[in-house]
Amino acid sequence: MTDLLALTALEAHEAMVAGDLGAAEYTAAWREAAAGDELNAYLWLDEGGEEGRAIAVERDCVAPIAVKDIFCTEGVPTTAGSKILEGYRPPYTSTAVRKLIEAGAPVLGKTNMDEFAMGSSNENSAYGPVLNPWDRGRVPGGSSGGSAAVVAGGLAPWAIGTDTGGSIRQPAAFCGIVGLKPTYGAISRYGMIAFASSLDQCGPLTRTVSDAALLLGILQGRDPCDSTSVGLEGGVSLPDREDLSGLRFGVPVELGRDEYDSGVRAVFEQTLKKIEDLGGEIAEVSLPSSEHGISAYYVIAPAEASSNLARYDGVRYGMRAGGDGDLIEMYETTRSEGFGAEVKRRIMLGTYALSSGYYEAYYGQAQKVRTRIAEDFKGAFDQVDFVVTPTAPSVAFELGEKTDDPLAMYLNDFFTVPMSLAGIPAISIPAGLAAPEGGGPELPVGFQIAAPAFAEQPLLDAAYALEQRIGFDARPEGLGG
Amino acid sequence: MIEREQVLHVARLARLRLSEDEVETMVGELSGILEHVDRIGNLDLEGVEPTSHVVALENVLRADEPRPSLPRDVALGQAPEPEDGAFRAPSPQAE
Repeated sequence: MTDLLALTALEAHEAMVAGDLGAAEYTAAWREAAAGDELNAYLWLDEGGEEGRAIAVERDCVAPIAVKDIFCTEGVPTTAGSKILEGYRPPYTSTAVRKLIEAGAPVLGKTNMDEFAMGSSNENSAYGPVLNPWDRGRVPGGSSGGSAAVVAGGLAPWAIGTDTGGSIRQPAAFCGIVGLKPTYGAISRYGMIAFASSLDQCGPLTRTVSDAALLLGILQGRDPCDSTSVGLEGGVSLPDREDLSGLRFGVPVELGRDEYDSGVRAVFEQTLKKIEDLGGEIAEVSLPSSEHGISAYYVIAPAEASSNLARYDGVRYGMRAGGDGDLIEMYETTRSEGFGAEVKRRIMLGTYALSSGYYEAYYGQAQKVRTRIAEDFKGAFDQVDFVVTPTAPSVAFELGEKTDDPLAMYLNDFFTVPMSLAGIPAISIPAGLAAPEGGGPELPVGFQIAAPAFAEQPLLDAAYALEQRIGFDARPEGLGG
Repeated sequence: MIEREQVLHVARLARLRLSEDEVETMVGELSGILEHVDRIGNLDLEGVEPTSHVVALENVLRADEPRPSLPRDVALGQAPEPEDGAFRAPSPQAE
């Protein structure tokens, strides 16, 4: 059993295709592992037995997968981590999940997340926080915290999540796995419950860069149901690059030393040396507007969210409360009881930013900053192939450490938000371990690599070469080395 | 930064009813966040085009042909109070 679970998704896929591995046996081993979830990482498991599966897959030949509970799946509970959608069973399936099913990947279950993907710690789930498999007193990151925890915690071979301002990359970094946010438009958003529509993007959370490439290849593509989807021309090949010679990696000069922990900095600097060992060149680039990324993001994302979340009104789906009063009273009671504190905060922020008299000062200005940030990256990519930063300013923090200070929580997205605003792809790979600032056992540190729009293939190739050189093989205690 | 009256006004616009405690907390937290966000208010961005969408797409069209859609009973299946083939909601005016 243990040997089966040690295979990467790519190794398992190749063994199944070659006939050396029985899909039924392999999937059963993972279903058993998933059933042992002690991290509160799954919200729902497809436990009907092989005959009674809620999500039918005709032909298993791809590793089974965990799906963030933001993807609508026909007949299967889909909550987006919110009480307002408790018991909701969508009448249709998202394109991302449909593609997984068609490729032959059985769905193990739906994973826990920050409510409507708003959060960086998974503490905003209406169904309780997910625990970090490295240290159960710490957060797994968010908002795709459940998807990261199941992969790192040996409860799924791989998973999908969504990233609006860092929600794949930051939890991947906190859990010591690979997380890829593709270019906006690479993967269809159809059936993915909307948070901030101009930023939301689906992507893989995996053990290895090769697994991320395999999964991206399955998920990408233009979809008539999402007019903003364009796919990746030429598809995705498995990476096999061994060196980085001829490639230039830009480090933003604006990366002030005050913005991140010394342990994270040490791992970041060691990783830059490894890039040079492989023949890559390190250069300085300037992204002068990126320091305003958080400000622009926390106007644009809440503004879009306040509009998207207007649909939860107790009429067509989801919970209803206060139905004995008039219509407005029902709306207000339903929304006040159904939404958690962070979602209310962002709806308020977004409604304020869009309200009469403030629109230009906030939303209009933030959209202009967004243009500047995209231009900064374009300028940088004239000089270098990639831009690199730490993924997060710290290692995984303690449960409850930042819940009383929303701004401190938001600043945690400092390194990931600019790429989201520019719509470009970025990957986080585990680069080493560092002790938390306040002391304690060492935890994973992520290294972020960003590339120009639609340059997923060179990004994956470079990340693969670096991954081999880093040789990260640490695992959470109890899961072996 | 943001006054109690403004918080109550925005809550009404957003169809949220906030408890006394929530209003109190919201005044403090929103003020803190807006203070940070206000830094972009001072930037000179005269003449910069706003970005509403990052992928340059124009007129994504499809043929205007009828296609199957959700049957009525399925579309109503998740409603809290479906009735006679429709979504039932309380009256807009109190009785």
